[in-house]
Amino acid sequence: MSARVVLVTGVSRYLGGRLAAELSADPSIDRLIGVDVVPPRADVGRTEFVRADIRNPIIAKVIASAQVDTVVHMSVIATPFGAGGRTAMKEINVIGTMQLLAACQKAPSVRKLVVKSTTAVYGSSSRDPALFTENMEPRGLPRSGYAKDSVEVEGYVRGLGRRRPDVDVTLLRFANFIGPTIDTPLTRYFALPVVPTVLGFDPRVQFLHEEDGLAVLRRAVIEDHRGTFNVAGDGVLLLSQAIRRAGRTSIGIPSPAVSLAGSLFRRTGLVDFSPEQLRFLQFGRGVDTTRLRTDFGYQPQHDTVSAFDAFVTGMGLTPIIDADRIEAAGRTVAALAGVGLGGIGRA
Amino acid sequence: MPEARVIPLDGGRAQTSPRRRKTDKADAVLDPVLPAPEASDLERKLAGALAFVRRRITGDYSVDDFGFDPDLTDSVILPVLRPLYEKYFRIEVRGMENVPAEGGALIVANHSGTVPVDSAMTTVALHDHHPAKRHLRMLAADLVFTMPIVAPTARKSGATLACNEDAERLMKAGELVGVWPEGFKGIGKPFRERYKLQRFGRGGFVSAALRAGVPIVPCSIVGAEEIYPLVGNIPALARALGLPYIPITPFFPLLGPLGLLPLPSKWIIEFGEPIETDKIGPEGADDPMLVFNLTDQVRENIQQTLYKLLLARRSVFF
Repeated sequence: MSARVVLVTGVSRYLGGRLAAELSADPSIDRLIGVDVVPPRADVGRTEFVRADIRNPIIAKVIASAQVDTVVHMSVIATPFGAGGRTAMKEINVIGTMQLLAACQKAPSVRKLVVKSTTAVYGSSSRDPALFTENMEPRGLPRSGYAKDSVEVEGYVRGLGRRRPDVDVTLLRFANFIGPTIDTPLTRYFALPVVPTVLGFDPRVQFLHEEDGLAVLRRAVIEDHRGTFNVAGDGVLLLSQAIRRAGRTSIGIPSPAVSLAGSLFRRTGLVDFSPEQLRFLQFGRGVDTTRLRTDFGYQPQHDTVSAFDAFVTGMGLTPIIDADRIEAAGRTVAALAGVGLGGIGRA
Repeated sequence: MPEARVIPLDGGRAQTSPRRRKTDKADAVLDPVLPAPEASDLERKLAGALAFVRRRITGDYSVDDFGFDPDLTDSVILPVLRPLYEKYFRIEVRGMENVPAEGGALIVANHSGTVPVDSAMTTVALHDHHPAKRHLRMLAADLVFTMPIVAPTARKSGATLACNEDAERLMKAGELVGVWPEGFKGIGKPFRERYKLQRFGRGGFVSAALRAGVPIVPCSIVGAEEIYPLVGNIPALARALGLPYIPITPFFPLLGPLGLLPLPSKWIIEFGEPIETDKIGPEGADDPMLVFNLTDQVRENIQQTLYKLLLARRSVFF
């Protein structure tokens, strides 16, 4: 089955817009509809923009009248900033998804559903296995924020899959997006001059290059890949290592003080530090992408390290600690010591 | 990729030649340095240390999916443990030929000593005294990964959470995995019960080895029981702090920080003959009777070896 009428939610956001632009270049798609509450700022090609809130039943009319056969759900949002607070964010994420899925269930034309989810659904705890496969359950269910919303969204998506077995559901669990252009809470975090970390913890983090993420989304729309897939770049970075690669310095904050600092940061609006993200900064997370590579048939072009390096170069982050200067200083000291000690040795 | 520069240590007499940096090589410590013919051992060491510092500052090293950092392990953690191994506990290793040079294997050892020094020493033994310089990937208790500083250090030195998923993944990847199935029951047992093996968990390590099809190598450690003789416990305080026990030794907390010094017992680590599991096949993991029997066999093997080594030992300290 090739997609003919595709509806993309969250089209005015960065990834939604990029996906719409890529799909509009695909001749196998007859019609492309983009839905969001604000008009897209980026160029979305021949996408027809429909200003609609997915929390509103109007979305059902759009799907029915356009005979949409593929729905790409990308409007689960990660931060409460753009949404106007956590309550609104939860409403957009959970109620919006429920409305959208209800509309899909009622529309006989819908054959495929692609949902952008997150590896945050696995939570983050000290009892986590090194890598989560798609079949593993989280050791502790995420209790707040984006992760909790995503767990609930996945629950509703599974519900639709049960009630409409004729709909191919592709659930994509993305690791943290990173790259030269994307702007996420995490990219803002790494751009801070002094990066706060949890004292005494050094979590493993996994990144996905934005281009790899888009390629997977595009393939999920054009090809048929039923099932749940983890999407992440190969390998991991330690948080301390990532901070050093970005040329930043870090400051360790004892974990009891971290929540306080987190709420302060939240108020400045610079960086979002939800309790979920604090746990992530403590324990980290890794996912297994075997299924993506074998069943889905996609090998990410960037591994975690090269995706992060692309972000560092793209953002033009200049090192605060200059390794060359340190090395020069070290060389001087070593030369002095070497001469001195050499002299003693030869004497 | 940045060019690594050779650091001239002898006032510029050393020839500088730009070389490609190998990011994925654990033993790159000595690699980027081309010493001049007259460069002394000390100068080479200094250059190696400088190169190491540079890698750490720029984040130019690699860790595996479990967070194992071979660069840090080989350059810092093992060198710190080595004097303890060689000079303090004067460890004698036997049966190293029983540890395979390549491919996955599961080392199963007895646990003792109040603080898991035995795991650290087994790691040094396998790296320094095995011809293939193998890194031991330890399976550690949940508690380890909740503690600040301890948690990241454990991961960087090659440990991961003792769960079936991680154990199998490591063994299937051809790693040498170490497990101490007695857990806290073994390490925190009173001194009067020394060298009496506790229950071996639920045999999870045996099923993991069966599924991965790797041999099980029993390992008996003598000497670790005496480093911190545990004569008492403060259960109420331990419960309040969420710890399995608060040890009282003859010297701790009586002598304060001085009481933290382990007693310099003489150790023997013996690796026994491997028990092959590949003939049983992964379906054996679903046969509880077989798993119980294999668990008992490994436990009995270690217990008998412990008795044998204790009989042969002249004294605790020599």
